Amino acid sequence: MYDFIFKSFREMTPEDYHQVGFKSGLEIHQQLLTEKKLFCRCPAGHYSKDFDAEILRHMRPTLSEMGVYDGTALMEFKTKKDIIYLINRNTVCTYEMDDTPPFLMNDDALDIALGIGMLFNCNIVDELHIARKQYLDGSIPTGFQRTAIYALDGWIPYKDKKVKIVQMSIEEDSCREVSDIGHQRYYKTDRLGMPLIETVTEPAMKTPFEVAEVAWILSNTVRSTHKVRRGIGAAREDVNVSVKDGTRIEIKGVPKISLIPLLTYNEAMRQWNLLRLKEELKKRGIIEETFKAESFDITKIVRKPSYAPLRNAVEKGYRIKSVVLKGFAGLLRWQTQTDTYFSKEISDRVRVIACLTSIPNIIHSDSKGDNIPSADWTAVKKISNASENDSVVIVWGSEEDSNTAVKEIIIRAREAAIGVPSETRQAISDGTNGFERILPGADRMYPDTDLPPMRIVQDRLNKIKTWIPEQFWVRQLWYKELGIPEDIIPELCISRYALLFKKAVKDWNVNPTSVAVFLIQYPKRLKKKGSNISILNEDIFSYLLKSCSEGKIPRDAVLSIMKNIIESGQFTEDIIPTPANEKEINEVISKSLEQIKNTSLIDESNKEILLMGIIMNKLRGRVSAVTIAGMVGFRNKRIGNVG
Amino acid sequence: MSDEIDYKGYRGKSLEVLKRFKCLIWSDVEVITNEGSFKGLVLPRSETADEFHIVLKIPVGYNIGIASEKIKDIKINGRREANYKIPEKAFPYDYRKPRVKLLGTGGTIASRLDYKTGAVIPAFSPGELYGSVPELADYCNLETEKLYGVFSENMAPENWIGLAEAIGKEIKKGVQGIVIGHGTDTMHHTSAILSFMVQNSPVPIVMVGSQRSSDRPSSDAALNLIHSVKTAAESDIAEIMVCMFGPTSDIYGLLHRGTRVRKMHSSYRSTFRTISDIPIATVSREKITPLRQDYKKRRQDKDVIINAVFEEKVAIVYYYPNMLPDIIDSLIQNGYKGIVIAGTGLGHVNKPLYPALERARQAGVAVYMTVQTLWGYVQMYVYETGRVMMDLGVIPAANMLPEVAYVKLGWALGQTKDLEKVKEIMLTPIAGEITEREPSNGYLIYQGGLPEVEKFIKMNRK
Repeated sequence: MYDFIFKSFREMTPEDYHQVGFKSGLEIHQQLLTEKKLFCRCPAGHYSKDFDAEILRHMRPTLSEMGVYDGTALMEFKTKKDIIYLINRNTVCTYEMDDTPPFLMNDDALDIALGIGMLFNCNIVDELHIARKQYLDGSIPTGFQRTAIYALDGWIPYKDKKVKIVQMSIEEDSCREVSDIGHQRYYKTDRLGMPLIETVTEPAMKTPFEVAEVAWILSNTVRSTHKVRRGIGAAREDVNVSVKDGTRIEIKGVPKISLIPLLTYNEAMRQWNLLRLKEELKKRGIIEETFKAESFDITKIVRKPSYAPLRNAVEKGYRIKSVVLKGFAGLLRWQTQTDTYFSKEISDRVRVIACLTSIPNIIHSDSKGDNIPSADWTAVKKISNASENDSVVIVWGSEEDSNTAVKEIIIRAREAAIGVPSETRQAISDGTNGFERILPGADRMYPDTDLPPMRIVQDRLNKIKTWIPEQFWVRQLWYKELGIPEDIIPELCISRYALLFKKAVKDWNVNPTSVAVFLIQYPKRLKKKGSNISILNEDIFSYLLKSCSEGKIPRDAVLSIMKNIIESGQFTEDIIPTPANEKEINEVISKSLEQIKNTSLIDESNKEILLMGIIMNKLRGRVSAVTIAGMVGFRNKRIGNVG
Repeated sequence: MSDEIDYKGYRGKSLEVLKRFKCLIWSDVEVITNEGSFKGLVLPRSETADEFHIVLKIPVGYNIGIASEKIKDIKINGRREANYKIPEKAFPYDYRKPRVKLLGTGGTIASRLDYKTGAVIPAFSPGELYGSVPELADYCNLETEKLYGVFSENMAPENWIGLAEAIGKEIKKGVQGIVIGHGTDTMHHTSAILSFMVQNSPVPIVMVGSQRSSDRPSSDAALNLIHSVKTAAESDIAEIMVCMFGPTSDIYGLLHRGTRVRKMHSSYRSTFRTISDIPIATVSREKITPLRQDYKKRRQDKDVIINAVFEEKVAIVYYYPNMLPDIIDSLIQNGYKGIVIAGTGLGHVNKPLYPALERARQAGVAVYMTVQTLWGYVQMYVYETGRVMMDLGVIPAANMLPEVAYVKLGWALGQTKDLEKVKEIMLTPIAGEITEREPSNGYLIYQGGLPEVEKFIKMNRK
């Protein structure tokens, strides 16, 4: 069934991905650039280093419809975490800490969200209903996120097809986790409540690289509005991945698009290898129903362990337990991801659910290392009734935690006989991923009764239409037609000066490539040389382009003018040199000719270049090089270039 | 069948559209509009929402509103109605554990969510409560009775009387503690009146509520309930108490004396504060820690005294500068028998009111003075004006909180019309409503920003 063996990341081909049935969709979170937060009037985008106070809370699952807690809820409750919020009074008020009901939704944020919805060709909902989406990890102190779907059924162009945008929602951002050790999890609260949009695509991407490419399109579209936040953490991707017979797994919080290909590759591999593991278990006669595991308290057996983690456990008076997984011999070393094995799946669960956060938190009989002397292993195996065909996992912790751990080890091992368990997983910087929590279902939404539904009227949408940019893929096509150099197009498409570009080309008839170079390349070039280009603004660019179009400034003078503006720290019209008249030019030419008359060069043909240089040094910015070349009868084509 | 049930909450144009397509609420539908089609479940609409939209719960769980004027067609694929029944788990019985009775007056102590429809369904029976707060079984054998289903602001004297009588019955039956679920807005009014109507209780009587609705994971409801049940079952404090969060953190609850407690913040979890005194005790899941020893102790008898009467024609007048005498006159003319004034400072009102106060005295209206500063005593001897008012028949009510003086005056007037006797009842402390002295730590409102206060906040979880 699962004969295919994953190749290295570089060697995988689109056909390989096709063979394993790779499928992926995106959920992109993007912070909006507003002055204030979404449901209160705290400033947005202010991050604190110092904190004035702490608040401690617990998250308690509420009953779902069958009278049982849903998967995630149950797991979070098992963990019994103290959630501690670090608060700074300048960035957090009583709303974020769930001590005050929400204020009305920030209109600026909603406008930006709606604008982006239109860019993605979505249908905008007529009436906004705020929902509560449960999160029990404590990342939001209420225990739920206020979120509302405002747009549905959009699309973006990709290759020769359309990728469907399933839905877009506007929501409040969550806390930043500081640490999660043992039974205590700390959060910083400054980011909490900042306005965010989530854009969900259909799982239309068939290779890891397609996922990244689509992510770029989405990212460029939102960036083109210039009304979204930039920088670390301002845009975060959740990637859903599945393979044939696998499970939709959500990898949360991918900080950079460039990490997506390797992450999705590893997740596909993990799922595929878990399916192969299931097959291997079946061969050994282990299916869900026949799965067998037993646990034993072996605290008294390993009394004086030399292995440090176990020694510490004994010193702390912890319990040491063994779990025998019948027929699992060798399988804890079954590869799941790059340099990652099935034992990691178990260790992750123990870490998250049993709160045994000091790694290593388990050892097992399939590992090659000699953590415990073989004599001890023999004793452990004996008391655990383990045969050569079995694997033994050892775990340690307080009575309660070690009990939870034993249960989780057995749960995760049994799941191996079923397939790929539904989970959300977190991205790890090496491109693999780790367990975060059991995947929550749709069964965690209910209406927010604190705020009334909100009508979205056509007037509002019409106003938004006046500021939203052209879709960048529309711009892209036009730029290509205009023959703009390929390397400038991506930046120009999302530039805040794209409208100015259009005006300069269409209304003022400036050469399109020149405009593109002025607006994108020159500032970049100057910045590279250490100039502070922040002084250059739309008015200045506009003035320069207009002057070019009116012949007041030669095109080849623009860079030096920009430089002068930056150097003088301000823009006045004096910085623009007055055009030289013919008399002046002739004087400069004859003086320059005089100057080089006695200069002898090895290659006399270079004399023309020398002459041009001398003349241009005296007249730069006041007359174009092409004019001079014409006047001195210079034929070197290089001079004609704008640069 | 009626529109009210079939199309709950819809009116005007949206009702017309739903009727046109015979689309009842809870229908599983596909709505075709001129902008695309939407699949989902048609939900009832809030009565206060507009008449132009239809609410749909789409498969991912979100709700959206669709303008009814855009709807071209509604295809009905089925029906899924909210299930307003909570699966019960039998509350375990343990003969070693005390009997605790939970009396409900309204508001939700616990609830569950029906995600299919988004409905929040209250839980109340022992089985339902056990299903959502199983820890309760660690403390007691729980019995419940729902007396009323009213919002806190709608609690009226008849409810107070009914509640007091119900408490009397339960004590006679032999319960070892009583918990009263109550909305928080007027919880301190009810705790005060119960302190007068129910005297000499041999068992703890604990009022509890929640500031954050019980449907949310961060709710204070479960922990408050656990604290109150623990107090009712285990504490030796046989008084009427309010049991609510101490800090906003999930650390411990405070047990406040029913006559000295007040809701002091419109939304904070730690909104209840003991005024001009300190609370009786703290309570956590693990232990009850008394902060003082002068409380009434639990007894084994059943000798409770229920005195459940109330004169409704009593008012609180919150004084403000430039108050005109017609405010007092209108109360006299409307037959009010008692007035509690919340005066400024030590207990003052302006001079133009004096003739009206004189008319009140002549009309036989009992007038008592309290302070709108909340903390501190009425002291009408300090200034000449105070003495003049006392000559006009205004009686200083010591450090009774205005709301407490209000319910006590209603209770006193319910017993007798003899104003001398009323005065005796009013000024004789019954349940800590008047204290002889205010301890130096009875008034603590520290100001944020001060270095020493900030240091304290940083060191101790809020």
